[in-house]
Amino acid sequence: MRTLYQFHGGIHPPTHKSQSTAVPIRQLAIPDKLVIPFHQHAGNRAKPVVQVGDYVLKGQLIGMPQDTMSSAIHASTSGTISEIDMEVVAHPSGLADLCATLIPDGKDEWIVRTPIAYQHSAPADLRNALRMAGVVGLGGAAFPSDLKLNTKHKVTKLILNGAECEPYITCDDMLMRERASEVIGGAEIMRQILGAEEILIGIEDNKPEAIKALQLIAANARNIEVVAIPTLYPSGSAKQLIKVLTNLEVPSGKLPTDIGVQCFNVATAASAWRAVQFGEPVVSRIVTITGEVGRAQNVEVLIGTPVSMLLKHAAVLPQSRQTIMGGPMMGIRLPNNEVSVVKATNCVIAASDKLFPNPPPIMPCIRCARCVEVCPADLQPQDLYWFAKSKNLEKAEKFSLFDCIECGACSYVCPSNIPLVQFYRFAKSELRATARDKQNSEIARERHEFHELRLEREKQEKADKLAAREKAAAAAKVATAAASTAPADSELTPEQIAKLAEMEARRLSALATDLPKE
Amino acid sequence: MLNALLVMAALAIVLGAILGFAAIKFHVEGNPLVEQINAILPQTQCGQCSFPGCKPYATAIAAGEADINRCPPGGDEGIHKLADFLGVEYKPFGGETNAPKPKGYAFIDENTCIGCTLCIQACPVDAIAGAAKQMHTIITAECTGCELCLAPCPVDCISMVTIEEKTTNWKWKYPLDVMKASA
Repeated sequence: MRTLYQFHGGIHPPTHKSQSTAVPIRQLAIPDKLVIPFHQHAGNRAKPVVQVGDYVLKGQLIGMPQDTMSSAIHASTSGTISEIDMEVVAHPSGLADLCATLIPDGKDEWIVRTPIAYQHSAPADLRNALRMAGVVGLGGAAFPSDLKLNTKHKVTKLILNGAECEPYITCDDMLMRERASEVIGGAEIMRQILGAEEILIGIEDNKPEAIKALQLIAANARNIEVVAIPTLYPSGSAKQLIKVLTNLEVPSGKLPTDIGVQCFNVATAASAWRAVQFGEPVVSRIVTITGEVGRAQNVEVLIGTPVSMLLKHAAVLPQSRQTIMGGPMMGIRLPNNEVSVVKATNCVIAASDKLFPNPPPIMPCIRCARCVEVCPADLQPQDLYWFAKSKNLEKAEKFSLFDCIECGACSYVCPSNIPLVQFYRFAKSELRATARDKQNSEIARERHEFHELRLEREKQEKADKLAAREKAAAAAKVATAAASTAPADSELTPEQIAKLAEMEARRLSALATDLPKE
Repeated sequence: MLNALLVMAALAIVLGAILGFAAIKFHVEGNPLVEQINAILPQTQCGQCSFPGCKPYATAIAAGEADINRCPPGGDEGIHKLADFLGVEYKPFGGETNAPKPKGYAFIDENTCIGCTLCIQACPVDAIAGAAKQMHTIITAECTGCELCLAPCPVDCISMVTIEEKTTNWKWKYPLDVMKASA
């Protein structure tokens, strides 16, 4: 039995998981229309490489990664691209982003898939394969996996995150139960890329079936341990999981690789396995549909499927008023039900007023410090709230605002019903915008200084040219004067001197016409 | 008595030498205050403060010749920052200073542009590409939105475009405002 450790704080919200784990994962039918956003990952939007009217096959690249921090986007099924335009996407802002609309032809025909023998491939090739297969973190953050696998630090431990601590969500649980070998296979690929020795798979002990399924496969593998960890929200956050499994703490502002650990979601590992072993890019994912629905379940959905189709499939109940993407703790309210499923969509909750009642009015912070007790990042949430509320953002940053993982434990326990995380999100996005403005103004300042320097230099060059001309004119005058009173002992004859003066005068007049008028 | 005088004189010489050395060794070129104020200013170089650029305005503020409320692109927040930094009272915008506008960038209607290069000469950050009798265009990423190119254009082909809110530059709203709006 492995010694486990504890992170600070944490809460025990009701899990609501059992209703969606009763039936196996089902495949959702191909919808009439898929809307595939080009920006489904952290970093830069992918660049469209198809045009309206193009016929594409399932798994065909439609969005090319732009810059390092980006990932590829693929057609989820075969069909025709009918539009490339701005559509409302699953984003808390409710704003539109560039999407490709794909009208499926129903054949679901794959492109040529080329598997890679990963045991004989270089890490860089494998990373590139994952990048071009659009493998990103499927836990919700959608960070490009190839970047997380590219580290200059020596990574000894690879951790797979199967904690799935947030209430309602069960997609990782079902994946581990049904596709344990894919998870382990993906972990092996990641281990090879990182050059890690040990693999630890952390799963909360409320998922005994998943633990058993993975242990069965891991028994035949080298140095892989499936660890049951206590159920405590938010043990599924990377830093907290690392603490529980290894007692290592990721320092503020550092990455797990700085302490020789890297952490991936189990679904990400499975998608890496499919990308390498079968040459299949990420075109679908498993989504939990739960909440106010008749048949809560997990379905495998093509990326780009409208959320309304998922709700219909699960027989959404009439009392559902709002749809939440993600869990109740960290999820976002969708602007409408026509937005499409993206790589980060792990769960869709049909929410009613009964299930998620409107929060009671907020009351003043009484500094009871219950939020301090539960904060898994060891912060002082009441101070951060104070600073964010008064827009004292620099102070908030000094109090390690950016170490906040937005888990919502503080808001959950707050007796004054203060939506604390909303304040932290506000403060963080303001600080990020300020940093961006600062960077831009720095560039503008440099460019302006160069502009001034350039004007100064041009002025100087003009002045130099003028001075040279005047000097030459003076020299010519002297020469002419000298020619008329040429001393007898001069080496040049008077004719020669006169000729030189003439040449000089000609040269000067040519120079004068060259120069722009002042 | 004599000893005391000698000790004091020696001390004065030694300390004077140290001070003289420090004055040369740690000499600061220019006024550091100007640089610090300049760092707070938005570097739009628009001249709306009536000074020809951000640095001249910073110099004037440092010399106490200009008020801190003359920079519209810096906005209200900029005034607060300057007030905090300089330890002076906050002053709202007023007088002849323009009201702050949402951030934007210039856009050249390339069909109308005659290639006169006047805007290129006006641009304080060299953000306009083009040559004589050739069409010009704005390098959007470098444009500070100072509007200095608008006036010189003889055919009025430059317009300002407000930067739109996109998913990439969207910000979470202040929660209390959101609650007020939904209440």
